[in-house]
Amino acid sequence: MSQGISREDVAHLAALARIDLSEAELDRLGAELPAILEHVAAVQDAVSPEAGGDDVEAMSHPQPIVNVLRDDVVVPGLTADEALAGAPAAEDQRFLVPRILGEE
Amino acid sequence: MSERSLVPFDTAIERYDPVLGLEVHVELNTATKMFCGCPTEFGADPNTQVCPVCLGLPGALPVVNAKAVEAAVRIGLALNCSIAERCRFARKNYFYPDMPKNFQTSQYDEPIAFDGFVDVEVEGTDGQPVTVRIEIERAHMEEDTGKSLHVGGSTGRIQGADHSLLDYNRAGIPLIEIVTKTIEVEPALAPLVARAYVAQLRELMVALDVSDARMDQGSLRADVNLSLKPTGSTTLGTRSETKNVNSFRSVERAVRYEVTRHAALLDAGERVVQETRHFHESDGTTSAGREKSDADDYRYFPEPDLAPVAPDPAWVEELRGTLPEAPELRRRRLQGEWGFSDLEMRDTLGAGALDLVAATIDAGVAPQSARKWWLGELARRANDTGTDLAALPITPAQVANVQALIDAGRINDKLARQVFDGVLAGEGTAEEVVAARGLEVVSDDGALGDAVDRAIEANPDVAQKIRDGKLQAAGALIGAVMKEMRGQADAGRVRELILERLG
Amino acid sequence: MHQLSAADLAQRLSSGEVTSVEATQASLDRIAAVDDRINAFLHVDAEGALAAAADVDARRAAGESLAALAGVPIAVKDVLTTIGQPTTCGSRMLEGWVPPYDSTVVAKLRAAGLPIVGKTNMDEFAMGSSTEHSAYGPTRNPWDTSRIPGGSGGGSAAAVAAQQVPLAIGTDTGGSIRQPGAMTGTVGVKPTYGGVSRYGLVAMASSLDQAGPVTRTVLDAALLHEVIAGHDPRDSTSIDAPVPAVVEAARRGDVAGLRIGVVRELHGSAEFGGGFQPGVRQRFDEVVELLTGAGADVVEVSCPSFVHGIAAYYLVMPSEVSSNLAKFDAMRYGLRVGPEGVPAPSAEQVMAASRDAGFGDEVKRRIILGTYALSSGYYDAYYGSAQKVRTLIARDFAAAFEDVDVLVSPTAPTTAWPLGEKLDDPLAMYLADVATIPANLAGVPGISVPAGLVDGLPVGIQFLAPALADDRLYNAGAALERLVGTTTLEEIA
Repeated sequence: MSQGISREDVAHLAALARIDLSEAELDRLGAELPAILEHVAAVQDAVSPEAGGDDVEAMSHPQPIVNVLRDDVVVPGLTADEALAGAPAAEDQRFLVPRILGEE
Repeated sequence: MSERSLVPFDTAIERYDPVLGLEVHVELNTATKMFCGCPTEFGADPNTQVCPVCLGLPGALPVVNAKAVEAAVRIGLALNCSIAERCRFARKNYFYPDMPKNFQTSQYDEPIAFDGFVDVEVEGTDGQPVTVRIEIERAHMEEDTGKSLHVGGSTGRIQGADHSLLDYNRAGIPLIEIVTKTIEVEPALAPLVARAYVAQLRELMVALDVSDARMDQGSLRADVNLSLKPTGSTTLGTRSETKNVNSFRSVERAVRYEVTRHAALLDAGERVVQETRHFHESDGTTSAGREKSDADDYRYFPEPDLAPVAPDPAWVEELRGTLPEAPELRRRRLQGEWGFSDLEMRDTLGAGALDLVAATIDAGVAPQSARKWWLGELARRANDTGTDLAALPITPAQVANVQALIDAGRINDKLARQVFDGVLAGEGTAEEVVAARGLEVVSDDGALGDAVDRAIEANPDVAQKIRDGKLQAAGALIGAVMKEMRGQADAGRVRELILERLG
Repeated sequence: MHQLSAADLAQRLSSGEVTSVEATQASLDRIAAVDDRINAFLHVDAEGALAAAADVDARRAAGESLAALAGVPIAVKDVLTTIGQPTTCGSRMLEGWVPPYDSTVVAKLRAAGLPIVGKTNMDEFAMGSSTEHSAYGPTRNPWDTSRIPGGSGGGSAAAVAAQQVPLAIGTDTGGSIRQPGAMTGTVGVKPTYGGVSRYGLVAMASSLDQAGPVTRTVLDAALLHEVIAGHDPRDSTSIDAPVPAVVEAARRGDVAGLRIGVVRELHGSAEFGGGFQPGVRQRFDEVVELLTGAGADVVEVSCPSFVHGIAAYYLVMPSEVSSNLAKFDAMRYGLRVGPEGVPAPSAEQVMAASRDAGFGDEVKRRIILGTYALSSGYYDAYYGSAQKVRTLIARDFAAAFEDVDVLVSPTAPTTAWPLGEKLDDPLAMYLADVATIPANLAGVPGISVPAGLVDGLPVGIQFLAPALADDRLYNAGAALERLVGTTTLEEIA
């Protein structure tokens, strides 16, 4: 796999990550990321079929945990005041946010 | 595209085969949310059923609700699915203000249930019942989002709003998403099949007691995916996704409308846009929502904060034993018990009234009376307001109360309609409505006798016929008495009084 | 009094020789006296700490039986939520945010009667190895204030090294407790993943993060470990098992007959990229000799997949970061700014502008990198491969622990470097964690124990043990501490 990542790619990623990067930041990351990706791409060789990687499971948890469940019992949460205490803006006991453009 | 360019449905299906896919979200009726101990009651004050977990506060962590897993397994089994020996949650990453973490904890390539089916019955084009098998691709666990209120602008809708207000009470409520494989049926039946499928899912969820399954409250929500392909072709067309259709009738209408819309586009050589669409109850149309694009990169990855779920096979078998009777078996049994004709049964099912009728009968009402109220008087009102029967603010127990008043002779069928008006308007129980509106029939001999005497005096010809033995003529006199007493006379007693005087 | 270890202080508290209010006041006084040169604290809560201290004193006077460390003041890394004190994670994004709930670690500290004097500085959202990426200015190394204290938990390490507090809590995702420990001459422990609850620990990388003790002695670390460890039903990844007998092990401190493996790949030899400071390697070799002399059975072991640790880490961690930090969107809490020159901006625009303004360069770099690694078409090659490398590293650990009880290596390749030296070279900064990262990837515990000075700067030695065998770290660490003595700062330089 190529580690090519262009300035346009960075701009697309920034949009996905919803960060309004400045032109200067796009330039800088566009220059930095290829070097970092080149370094981390070593993982691909480490688990390539030639290296015997086919029978290696991907680890998502360090411990082999399974079925960690809780009973369906109500526990006290926050009051509306506590919930809204850190809100940048609130109205009618709700979080006030700027107009939403798109829909999900 | 203008309205007049739409191709009539019957014409459209001569040239195109509709390909359906249905995604149904079922909100579970657990006491607490999917990943935290907050309550799930509908209609609470805003932001009073929240905690650090469902508000997505920094540092908070999810823990899976065991009851939701049980419900998911039971739903999977009821849909004839295989239950995963081991499955994981995954994060679906996208930004939206109603989603506190900006990822939805869902399942991706490892759903808890997969490869199932349900059989639904619809009326074929020849009037005979047709059974259609709907293949289920998967049923998976996920969490609901919060609710936004759009303020400013004129419509309260998202467009033109100045700002929005967010309530996260609903955020984190457990959802099961049930996804069908593509459904290809006889084109003319597609709208009915879609409707029957959603109606059957609702019936199933109620029978399993895993959800309120109220489409009007959003606890059962259907997305209708539809594409057309030229008749006989095997190449799938571009699909539209009509979101959150909120009644059975609307599911049918949405399919119908989208078929006509796609056909018109294809006929004109235009492109069908892959997009979400909104259904409008008022006129049965859909309008464009968000276009699908390569920006929809959800970057799914296994949820590191949650352990995999591995349902114990013995437990799964135990749950299989708790499943309610399969809907088709139950329908057959009830039809026999109630003595309904095929047509009566199909109408009952089509109206989504099976459980309502059953509960009404269980409350002591004769089967035909129960059917009559729900499919007649009440269905008409549901239709008028564009809702499903289940969404009407009246319960089977209240219908049974009305019938009991009739059986006791305290009201008659005509007055019963006014009692329904009162109950539906929230004026209280049937008893309270009768009292408040003064609807009780008059069976007091004094008042009735005077009215009967006046009727005889005013209709000497009719009175003579009765004296001559033509007892059926009494109906005319009864009608006159009823009219004078504005329908509130006890018709049986009136007849007796007439015959006493003239017999 | 500020020079006392927590264990000594606890003894004097228990005997009534000093009160918690006096000890807490001494800590606050020391902070007031030296922190303008160190910048270890982002927030000091004198009032809350003294109230907690007074409460402990009152309970002690009433004859209540108290926890071992009751009354000993402590500092908490600003990444753990605290009711009543801001939790900023070293970021502008959370400036002034006061959480409505306590993290489990903090709740346990409160329950055990440890007055929390304040919140310590850190690289923003724990991303960095030098504490220079804090939005509130860098923390300085008390041994040489022109140098970094390591990171991300440089604040906790410097506060303990500078004797502002005897105890602190850090968090370790790739070495953020152990590496600053090495840089500042303090003891730092990353417990087994799942050993200490993550509830209320503002997540950087969920599958790697772990909170742990930062202290000046191995015994203090064990005492603190006992307070904060244990199963928490609010953290699904918390281990439902008894806490290992760490205090007992720390008191034992005997390596006679202990099988210790020197990890070939973490020895800094040229064969594996070198880059280790000669003085650090030399000090390490001396330590190995000391351990051998004390009766340890020291052998060399090979963990070939460790060389891929940094690569795997810099894929797994940013991927999880990109998702974990999505919640900072200016809608419910935190910084909200609009884009410049846009009247009536939309929620989407406000989110993007706030995330640009609220996050620093390193955070943005990792979010973009992680977004890339998870994106459609690249997932298998990057995130998927990295998760497989974790399995390989775990297998290496398992194989090594068949032959030895603990592994040993230098904690960090170098001693503390001058401020600014690696700020413009992210890859060079990432290499500072080469020896600490494998433990996080595999979930095993690690400890860094001071082993004296090289050119006037502290050096740390790391022991690694199998999951759930944290007690072995304390035994080996305490033994080493006896052999080399604690590394005590005489005067801030």
